[in-house]
Amino acid sequence: MSEHTPQISVRDLTMAYGSNVVMRDLNFDIERGEIFAIIGGSGCGKSTLLRHMIGLKEPAKGDILYEGESFNASSSKQREALMRRFGVLYQSSALWSSLTLAENIAMPLEEHTKLTKDTIADIVSYKLSLVGLAGFQEYYPSEISGGMKKRAALARAMALDPEILFFDEPSAGLDPVTSKRLDELIVQISESMKTTVILVTHELPSLLSIATNSIFLDVSTKTQAAVGDPKELKEHCKIPQVREFLNRGQDVEAPSHSLSS
Amino acid sequence: MTQESTKPVSPTLELRPSGEDSFVLIAKGTWTINQQRPSLKETLSDVDDLPAGSSLTIDTTKSQRYDSSLTSLLLRVARTAADKDLKLDYKTDTDSGIAKLIDLALSVPLSKDDGHHETENDFFSRVGEATIELYDNLLDSVTFIGEAIFSMIRFATGRARFRSTDLWLTIQNCGAEALPIVTLISFLIGTILAFVGKAQLDAFGASIYVADLVAIAMVREMGCVMTGIIMSGRTGAAFAAQIGSMKVTQEVDALRTFGFNPFDYLVLPRMIALIVMMPLLTIYANLVGIVGGLLVSWASGIQPLAYINETISVLNLTQLSLGVIKSVFFGIVIAGAGCLRGLQSGNSSSAVGTAATRAVVTSITMIIVIDSFFAVVFTIFDI
Ligand SMILES: Nc1ncnc2c1ncn2[C@@H]1O[C@H](COP(=O)(O)OP(=O)(O)O)[C@@H](O)[C@H]1O
Ligand SMILES: [Mg+2]
Repeated sequence: MSEHTPQISVRDLTMAYGSNVVMRDLNFDIERGEIFAIIGGSGCGKSTLLRHMIGLKEPAKGDILYEGESFNASSSKQREALMRRFGVLYQSSALWSSLTLAENIAMPLEEHTKLTKDTIADIVSYKLSLVGLAGFQEYYPSEISGGMKKRAALARAMALDPEILFFDEPSAGLDPVTSKRLDELIVQISESMKTTVILVTHELPSLLSIATNSIFLDVSTKTQAAVGDPKELKEHCKIPQVREFLNRGQDVEAPSHSLSS
Repeated sequence: MTQESTKPVSPTLELRPSGEDSFVLIAKGTWTINQQRPSLKETLSDVDDLPAGSSLTIDTTKSQRYDSSLTSLLLRVARTAADKDLKLDYKTDTDSGIAKLIDLALSVPLSKDDGHHETENDFFSRVGEATIELYDNLLDSVTFIGEAIFSMIRFATGRARFRSTDLWLTIQNCGAEALPIVTLISFLIGTILAFVGKAQLDAFGASIYVADLVAIAMVREMGCVMTGIIMSGRTGAAFAAQIGSMKVTQEVDALRTFGFNPFDYLVLPRMIALIVMMPLLTIYANLVGIVGGLLVSWASGIQPLAYINETISVLNLTQLSLGVIKSVFFGIVIAGAGCLRGLQSGNSSSAVGTAATRAVVTSITMIIVIDSFFAVVFTIFDI
């Protein structure tokens, strides 16, 4: 077996806005097909980390490797090709407001594939059905609710069957039932298409039930506190903040037997 | 998904009978969105024509790779099957991933309201719609004017609440920061008037009267109208865009729920700023225009002192005040149109763009209309 390279590896990443350092020395790997959660208090830099991984922002220091290749060192052509393999759901949905939902999803398909109108219409209808918006093709983003926008944006993120899906708080603003459906959908997509899912979320139930790996960003030390399966971290993490977070902010006793995290 | 480097096999879809009243739909080959789907018209219409009540099995065991290209197609078949009362089996011979995704997709029923706003497109309905829109618009404008007057009264009696920093910032923005563009445009207008006027007046040997022409034209018309047009494009559009995007992000609603009157808070400072700054900018523009005229005339042989004397002799206080008075009204119209269009804006980014455009169109139109109204009034009173 050749030496194993994870799909994404983050090496010594320091993120900063100007001279204001948000997080420093992040190190973690993400394997293909994983559902990887980014956890942390609000304002700790989760969205910023996502922006770095998508390539919208240059690291202040360190590197992000995709299949062992540095993202930031590659040419703009390569970056574009790489970015095409991404699907991104932004925190504020970011649907194009002058296009209908159908057009929002069809636009990337028209741009990047040679499919016929008919096929594209099928795919649009399928993606909208997946997120529970079947029949809303002709609506404009301004005519639907915030939660529906989120779901439509998710459908758009999945338009090109990306290999890596990035979600910034997908279930914020969704009712519990829809939110659960979304979890199912994420698991389903990740399983059936071997899609890697990287998600920022605060929803503990969904976090604990779907994420297979996670990183906890600590705002007080400005670096990562722990990496690992959230279910394990919840019980056994050495760091009290992490356990407190994962136990809904309740005070927690020291773990009975500590496990390396 | 793409890691296996098996050669793509072109995808096919086939409908076969598999017994009495039962059929099987077989998908073979590689189904990815990077390659063209085969023509499916016939197969799909065959599926459409299946007798109600017969059973249909979907078989994907012979397809190598698939992504949404296949799943979306099978979802369509599943929907057709539901419409036609077919007994659909997408569990036994179908890839379990596809089956689960189809389950998910079908778990929320199709919304009946498809969002199509029924728009009749014949002549009468268009006229009707335009009329209704015109009426709504008029109503909005009248309401706006009413609100603006109340707001002004509140301001005059010291009961209007807004942040005074907003007012000063707006004043700076539409006063001092507008000076460069106003300088450039009015200087050029002054020179143009002088060039054109002088060419004509030279024919009568009356070149010195170019000073009268430039002075009167600037002071009565060009100074205030050009400043008005500059400010509509520069400031009116900005007002509409600012307020429009505040509507998109629900900032206007937030003001309202905290008990701030959006009118006092957003419209009033902008209105006051322009009412104060428009006359000042106009006076400045007049001056710069006259200087422009002077320089052109000087270059073609008229002594500056003679030019200045001529200018002073033709201008009196009445003449000087006409443009300034008009500019106050222009200021009201520019701020009003900007804020009104902003408040009318829909809640999407394209609506904000439309609001800015409409603000400029409205204010320039109104400026010209008001200007011609004053022209008539001044003529009647022989000013
Ligand atoms: N565009 C920006 N310019 C400067 N600072 C920013 C910017 N965006 C975010 N920040 C700062 O970076 C930190 C992390 O923000 P963000 O990644 O959005 O947090 P969250 O974890 O809630 O997604 C915050 O302290 C925020 O103030
Ligand atoms: Mg965020």
